[in-house]
Amino acid sequence: MKRLLALVLAIVMVAAFAVGCSGKKTGNGDDNNVLSINDVEKTVPDTITAIPKEELKVGFIFLHDQNSTYDKNFMDAATAVTERLGLTNDQVIFKTNIPESEACYETAKELVNAGCDLIFADSFGHEPYMIKAAKEFKNVQFCHATGTRAITEKVGNYHNAFASIYEGRYLAGIAAGMKLKEMVAAGKVTEDKLKIGYVGAFPYAEVISGYTSFYLGVKSVCPTVKMEVKYTNSWFDITAENTAAKALIDSGCVLISQHADSSGAPSACEEAGVPNIAYNIDTSNIGPNTAIISSKISWEPYFEYIIKTMINGGKIDADYCADLENGGVQLTKLNEKVAAKGTMEAINAAKEKLIKGELNVFDTATFTVGGKKLTTYLADVVDNGDYVPDSEAISNGYFSESTMRSAPYFNIIIDGITAEQ
Amino acid sequence: MSKNSSNTVKEPLIHFTKRDDITGIKSVLVHGIGLLAGLIVCAVFIMLVTGLSPIEVYVKMFQGTFGGDVTRLKALHHTAILLAISLAVTPAFKMKFWNIGAEGQVLIGALAAAFCMLEYGNTLQEPVLLLVMFLTSMLAGIIWAIIPAIFKALWNTNETLFTLMMNYVATTLVGYFIMVKDRSGRSDLGILNERTGYGYLPKLFGQDYYLNISIVIFITILVFIYLKYSKQGYEISVVGESQNTAKYIGINVKKVIIRTMAISGAICGITGLLLVAGSPTPSINESIVGGQGFTAILVSWMAKFNPIIMIFVSALVVFLGDGGASATDALKIDSSVGEVLTAIIIFFIIGCEFFIRYKVSFRKRQKGDK
Repeated sequence: MKRLLALVLAIVMVAAFAVGCSGKKTGNGDDNNVLSINDVEKTVPDTITAIPKEELKVGFIFLHDQNSTYDKNFMDAATAVTERLGLTNDQVIFKTNIPESEACYETAKELVNAGCDLIFADSFGHEPYMIKAAKEFKNVQFCHATGTRAITEKVGNYHNAFASIYEGRYLAGIAAGMKLKEMVAAGKVTEDKLKIGYVGAFPYAEVISGYTSFYLGVKSVCPTVKMEVKYTNSWFDITAENTAAKALIDSGCVLISQHADSSGAPSACEEAGVPNIAYNIDTSNIGPNTAIISSKISWEPYFEYIIKTMINGGKIDADYCADLENGGVQLTKLNEKVAAKGTMEAINAAKEKLIKGELNVFDTATFTVGGKKLTTYLADVVDNGDYVPDSEAISNGYFSESTMRSAPYFNIIIDGITAEQ
Repeated sequence: MSKNSSNTVKEPLIHFTKRDDITGIKSVLVHGIGLLAGLIVCAVFIMLVTGLSPIEVYVKMFQGTFGGDVTRLKALHHTAILLAISLAVTPAFKMKFWNIGAEGQVLIGALAAAFCMLEYGNTLQEPVLLLVMFLTSMLAGIIWAIIPAIFKALWNTNETLFTLMMNYVATTLVGYFIMVKDRSGRSDLGILNERTGYGYLPKLFGQDYYLNISIVIFITILVFIYLKYSKQGYEISVVGESQNTAKYIGINVKKVIIRTMAISGAICGITGLLLVAGSPTPSINESIVGGQGFTAILVSWMAKFNPIIMIFVSALVVFLGDGGASATDALKIDSSVGEVLTAIIIFFIIGCEFFIRYKVSFRKRQKGDK
């Protein structure tokens, strides 16, 4: 028995070695040619035949449940829209706590089996599983938040959506800048020592785009400000976010913001009496004396858009971007107690300019990279798994974020920001 | 408590006596009553906490496990994986070796499979790749299991702590692997070899999971025969009963410990392979085993180390888990309700053990009492 096993093992090893040396499989070809967004024949979405409202069935896949603020934001929007459009309880299926794994694909299939005509998933990592399901079930529409691949996958029934949240962050940054200005005026901090802190999740485009736009908003009010970023390498880690915020405060940051949904950073700020700008949730109950405002994505416009398209027939954009104008990008209620005077006016003025296109968040005149003005930059917009920058993002004097694709691709560390893991 | 004083002491109201043998039918009956009692308590809990009808919840649980082809196959596959890990821990537990490291042993097997898929996917021909994956996964599981076994056998270290710690090492290694391989910056590798399909286990009859399920059925039969009819299986029982007896009759206890853990590890490693390469969407992350390495211990004990009973216990645990999650989703109540229901049922079933081991008798009213 043992000898037999040894023999089999030996044969396998020799065979493996021989094959390994001789025949290589042909590469998948993706790595060789870099496609720019202009070369990509963008997905033409399928035309949807109208489904009577009474017969429509919608399925939602959520990463966590209502105990996670990220998912609650989606769940609340889904409930609000489906109720507003008059769908009954039986027509809307929620699937919660679905990890970014095989389980997502399984759940999508189960929803198809349950008769869903439209399936939505809320987390970035759900994307490959949704695409697989979409390829398999051609007559069901699959919509996915925060993903990047719909424009390049050429799957007609698969769609991405995100929001130009960088505009919301920029506006929140203005609120922060106003607060800093007030602190300088009150003599709490000197202008040359203005440093703010940011607790980020992962060092990739969505987060970098988020904190850069926030920083530029602050900088538009206080030109001398510097920012320090710490990553937690997790989307939701109360302890890590709390510790990171405390470390930033200890290193001299006088205001903190974060890209993470836990209460970790806001509560650290409240404890230390340092003003805080949050994301996606109103944190004024956690930090009544420190929370100023939060930027937030509202998914209601998108949900309304896709469900109505299902009912009326037509096409769902392969890649949809919610913005300030359609109400997809919002700010939570300003905490007047903490915010500086005139904050709301300053925000509204900038908001109007952003909507009109008179103001661009990533205006290359407002920042430098390595001491120089940015005149050209290739961003990785075409996501075919190669992680190679492919498309020119600078045009008309600004970095055009979320225009070639809704998911952010600004991933440059600009001067004034120090980021460490 | 001298014997001659027992006549004068008043007999207690409830009286437990140990019973040695219980017939199969009686045992099933006791468990049946336990399950029923559990369901009744669950019903009370459901009504008090959610205000819903318990029947409605049970129906949804049933639908969430058996309703529809996709759901049924999913539940069957979950059962198979849990069963495989339960089978893996069984020989060690039968030997009274407290292996709580199945989680890590499966995870390291999964990591080995993922590693081969990414490293050799491009270079090795498919059948060779699959064979290499199979062997490395199995070997990884074995290594993870025999390290604590060797320490236990040679230096009598505490295997509970050792195997537990090995879980964390495995988790950290997977985290490191993802960090090194990930190019997106989000610590997520997505679907492995998504565009090429290299290293995916073949589909049996064109169906997802059929191969996984078949392999687990095969393992079940093997483990059953091994434990019940082989000499080595008998040695395991003897070592479990008493190491001194084992030594006395000439069993090499050290060898048995290491060998048995190697078998546990091998099955765990293979299960890791099934979790990754046997999935229609192979992926790897720290939580891919999802605590099943610990649940398996419960399954193995509840089945009293009998592989056949284990099939039913695994199915029950999966039914409670999947059904509970599905029911709470369908009725839009908090997912923890499902977990509470699972806990109640399992509590009652384990509680049955007491009534199987002890006979309960009540004080009889004796007419002749003074």
